[in-house]
Formats: sequence, C-alpha cells, structure tokens
Amino acid sequence: MNNHLTWALLGLTALLISPVASAQKTTAEGIAEYRAMLADGNPAELYEAKGEALWKQARGPKNASLEKCDLGKGAGVVKGAFVELPRFFKDTQRVQDLESRLLTCMDVQQGLDVVEIAKTRFGAGEQKNIESLVAYISGESRGMKFNLPQAHAQEKLMYEVGKKVFYLRAGPMDFSCASCHSEDNKRIRLQDLPNLTKQPGASVGFGSWPAYRVSAGDLWSMQRRLNDCYRQQRFPYPGYASDVTVALGVYMGVASKGGVSTAPALKR
Amino acid sequence: MSDPMRIRAQAQGDKTTVRVLVGHEMESGQRRDAAGKTVPAWFIQSISATWNGKPVMSAQWGPAVSKNPFMQFSFKGAKAGDKVIVTWIDNRGEKRTDEAVIT
Repeated sequence: MNNHLTWALLGLTALLISPVASAQKTTAEGIAEYRAMLADGNPAELYEAKGEALWKQARGPKNASLEKCDLGKGAGVVKGAFVELPRFFKDTQRVQDLESRLLTCMDVQQGLDVVEIAKTRFGAGEQKNIESLVAYISGESRGMKFNLPQAHAQEKLMYEVGKKVFYLRAGPMDFSCASCHSEDNKRIRLQDLPNLTKQPGASVGFGSWPAYRVSAGDLWSMQRRLNDCYRQQRFPYPGYASDVTVALGVYMGVASKGGVSTAPALKR
Repeated sequence: MSDPMRIRAQAQGDKTTVRVLVGHEMESGQRRDAAGKTVPAWFIQSISATWNGKPVMSAQWGPAVSKNPFMQFSFKGAKAGDKVIVTWIDNRGEKRTDEAVIT
C-alpha cells in the first residue's frame, strides 16, 4: 500500500515536471523566436523600396541619378556588388566600402557636397538617403556569398591594417573590437556576440548589416554600426567613411568569405 | 509624401492571408526633441482593407502602435488573381492607398 502510494506520487511528480522542463528555452532560442516573428514584416523592405527609387532618381546640382555609379562590378551594376565590398577602385586609387563609394558617386555623378554629407549626423538629411540606398544595394545581394577581392596590394594592406585596428586595445576601458568579438559563445546582456575573426561568426555579424534596428526604429548602415561599437568602447569615432572604418570592413569582410549575406537584416 | 505600403496576399484554400507593412512615423506625441520641445503626435487613425469592393478588415489605431507597423489578417472567399486594397488615414488627414494581387 505504502509502496503503491510512493510510486503513484513519483509518477505524478514526473508528469508535473516534464512539461515545464520542455517549455524551458535558452535565451538564444527565445531571441531567435522573437526575430522569426518580426522577420515576416522586416521594415528594412520599406527602406529597400525607397533606396531603389533614390538610386534611379535624378538629384543634386548635376540633376543625375546614380545609375552610372560603379560599385565595383561596372557602371550601374548593383546585383552582387555588396558581397565584394570593400574593394580597390582604380578611379579614386583607394579601397572603398559601400558608403565611401556612394559618397564618391554622389560627388562625381550628382555633384552633391559630400564633405557636408560625411559631417551630417546619422539619420538626418542626406544620411537618411544613404540609409535607404545601402538597404537597396545590400538587398540586391541577399543570399549571395561574400567574396572580397584580395588581389590588389592596397586591398592586402587594408586587410592587415584592419586586423591591427581590430586587435588594438585603447581608450579609457582598454578595449578592442577583439575584446568582445574574438571568442565563441560570448554574449553581452542578452545578445550573442559573433566571433568576427572566423567563420561562421564573421558572416553572421558582418553579413547582417545594414539592418533595421527595432529599438532604434531606423535602418543602420555599417558605418553607423561601427560608430556605435566605438561609442561603446569609449573611443572617439574615427570619422564617417574614414580609411580606418574601411579597413575594418575589409578585415571582417575577408573573414566572412563564403558566408551568406542576409543584409538588410532585422535586429532587436 | 508617404511611402508605399508593402502588401502580400496569399490564398490557401478558402483562406486568404494578407500581410501589410506600413511605412509611417507613428509619433506618439509623448516624445521630446533635442531642444526639449514636444514632438507633435502623428499617427494612423484608421486603416481598412477591401476585396472586390467589400470591406474585409477595418481597424482604428492610436499612438501606441509602433513606427513602421506590420499588420496581418485573413479572410475567406477570395481566390488568386483578386485584388486587395488597403487604405490608411492619419491624424493629419493624410491618406494612402495601395493594392496587391492575391497569389
């Protein structure tokens, strides 16, 4: 009798515990579920549509569109350009990322004051247009694999510079990019920190920007993302589309080789 | 000028699921700008959808709805090739109508 009761109680306990145990989710799973719910209506799509219209719209003192802009795959070719940037450009004799290249095109094709644009704060004026443009351009390479060219000496140099900057510890907190982004399975509060030094972390991180940030209610470009990384490290921001930020782009981009671009993605 | 909505409508059997992504600032009227002045409220007040001229969904929205809102609803009876028309009106009296073909 006593034995029976014990077994019955044990059985009951097991029944009570098991559904609770299976309902427990890891934080990462919870976040992934939240993202999946949001992914259906990623507002980045709105920016993509706006960016495509902007790309084709004649603007600036020269009243020209950006359709003659060379993003590395020939004048006007947008598809596949994003996954090969930053790269070396013959006309400017510089390695450029998407945004510094856009500045060049806005200057040469449209005659806009790009020095002023680079100084404009994120999310205001022409910077808002750049956000839409990068959403459109990156979206045209969605699902394609990163394959940054590393043939030119300048591109190799920028990779080495980027690597140095990535590991450079400085600032009041003695931080570097590597402090957070060079080990697997790290997180900051509830966010997983991708290991940007190798695959698959590199393309998970690098390959998802530009992205729509729900918390900001805005689409963030790579430059804006880097700006925030530097702010969090208490570094002074190196400047919009500066060589240092481009070098970091080369380093992370080369590390992402073979990874799939999901940009413009959706972030919390 | 307001941005176009992204509308996707999919029929599966008798049921049609419509997903609408609306581009709107949806200012609550509770926020202040950098100068400390209140940002005036600006939000969608009503949104509705019709299929073949028949209303299939209507809703009243307020300042608590997020920026760039996403809406999903379903209704019965439509088939692929039919048109769904969505319209919103905000508190400034601005209006926007977009349509999509059911796939």
